[in-house]
Amino acid sequence: MTREIKTESRLEKVLASGKFAATGELGPPRSADKHEVIEKVKHLLGNVDSVNITDNQTAVVRMSSLAAGLLAQQQGLEVNMQMVCRDRNRIAIESDIMGAYALGIKNLLTLSGDHQKFGDHPQAKNVFDIDSIHLIQTIKMMRDDGKLLSGQEIPPEGRPKIFIGAAFNPFADPEDYRVHRVAKKVAAGVDFLQSQCIYDMDRFRRFMKKAVDMGLTEKAYFMAGVTPLKNIGMAKYMKNFVPGITVPDECVNRIKGVPKDKQADEGLKMACEQIEEFKQMEGVAGVHLMLIEWEHMVPTIVKMANLIPRPTFS
Amino acid sequence: MIIAERKPIDEIKSFIEGQKKVLVVGCRGCVTVCNAGGTKEVEILASLLRLDAQKEGHDVTVDEHTLERQCDPEYIDELVEFVDKKYDAILSMACSVGPQFLSRRYPKENIFPALNTNFIGGALAHGIWAEHCQACGNCIIHKFGGMCPVTRCSKSLMNGPCGGSAGGVCEISKEVECIWHLIATKFMEEGKLEQFAPIQPIKDWSSSRDGGPRKIVREELVK
Repeated sequence: MTREIKTESRLEKVLASGKFAATGELGPPRSADKHEVIEKVKHLLGNVDSVNITDNQTAVVRMSSLAAGLLAQQQGLEVNMQMVCRDRNRIAIESDIMGAYALGIKNLLTLSGDHQKFGDHPQAKNVFDIDSIHLIQTIKMMRDDGKLLSGQEIPPEGRPKIFIGAAFNPFADPEDYRVHRVAKKVAAGVDFLQSQCIYDMDRFRRFMKKAVDMGLTEKAYFMAGVTPLKNIGMAKYMKNFVPGITVPDECVNRIKGVPKDKQADEGLKMACEQIEEFKQMEGVAGVHLMLIEWEHMVPTIVKMANLIPRPTFS
Repeated sequence: MIIAERKPIDEIKSFIEGQKKVLVVGCRGCVTVCNAGGTKEVEILASLLRLDAQKEGHDVTVDEHTLERQCDPEYIDELVEFVDKKYDAILSMACSVGPQFLSRRYPKENIFPALNTNFIGGALAHGIWAEHCQACGNCIIHKFGGMCPVTRCSKSLMNGPCGGSAGGVCEISKEVECIWHLIATKFMEEGKLEQFAPIQPIKDWSSSRDGGPRKIVREELVK
């Protein structure tokens, strides 16, 4: 499938070329130490097409996704800056979009944002001026119509040519409604979508079939989210404590069924089997690898899953 | 109605520490209905304060009076005969409008709020109240099956449930229902999903508190 190229994003080039894309994730430090960012970049550089820089995920304060993203780009990594609606109103959002593009950010992932109740500042006032679907519309309007939400014109040379991303979660409820939520994101003008961590393959297959049948995969690139289970503790935590993630008993039992020192290997093996299936699955354009605080295993998993070498463009 | 609840007794006691003459003022409006500041609650608070003073060996007089409403000047005026009796502290058991109106009408008095004003809501069952409105000033619940996502979605989302909705409850707590789960389920059950397909526009918050403190002037009623 080849589609019109709208931006200078490398991720977009990979996806538009029809090659199976791979993206990674980097969580900024809980400090102003740039070396932590630079250290994590080493594991990702050359192994994925673009890397999501999370925006104060789980509402815990970290270095801003723009600053950490720029540090990562200075190391040669293309980033996908995450932006949540929790902490910014439309004024700050539009301002940050312009600033991010001016500084070289080419991909933005639009999110509502985890509620601050989860984080380290539950006393904070939240914003939620606009929602994540409005954020897609806002970026698209700025990029394609050359306008701010106020109607103020942006001159052609100053329009942010951002490749617009969003998240999708087939595992949240109500299940039957989920594809319709994604359809709204596609209608709003999203270019690519990355899913929540997938463990329940049956449910993901059902979701993708609906998305294909509704023609959504012709309009946006769908990427499957993969987070290898490190050990039985993580499997149980994901199953019982993370809202909107389902972990079938068979996954938990598979990890539990091997000795402790082999559980990480089993988790990686399971993830690679998933990736092989995604490569064949209709409508799936790539994988999004979320190795949470396990970034140093990215080189291993991309090798095991035959995801390297990544495509290059002149 | 406005839902409120009494402040912790220690906080109220700290307001009147060292005072000899205290007046507790109730309100027969919303706070009577939600059992927070009506005649009965005034009586309970006054009794608690008297008992506490007795226990501590302090000589404190605590009087009681409940007004028809504390959000209306004509009823606030009624309190003048009490104010003339020179109280050291007046505890208002109305929503926060009450102590503000009392403070404006009687600027020399020491007026304290004895309630915390919580939200605009209704009674789900006896003794259980839930928030249903945040007074955004532009009601659109008819678009959402008669439910308000502005108030009842933790993130005020306008276009469907976020990825944290699981089993009908919100990601912030198992005690909070996901209003979008209810809205989406209702539309699906009624086969009206197409009604829901259009993207809801970005909300204009200028009619809400974000536009600054609000005021309504009804010319035909102004004398």
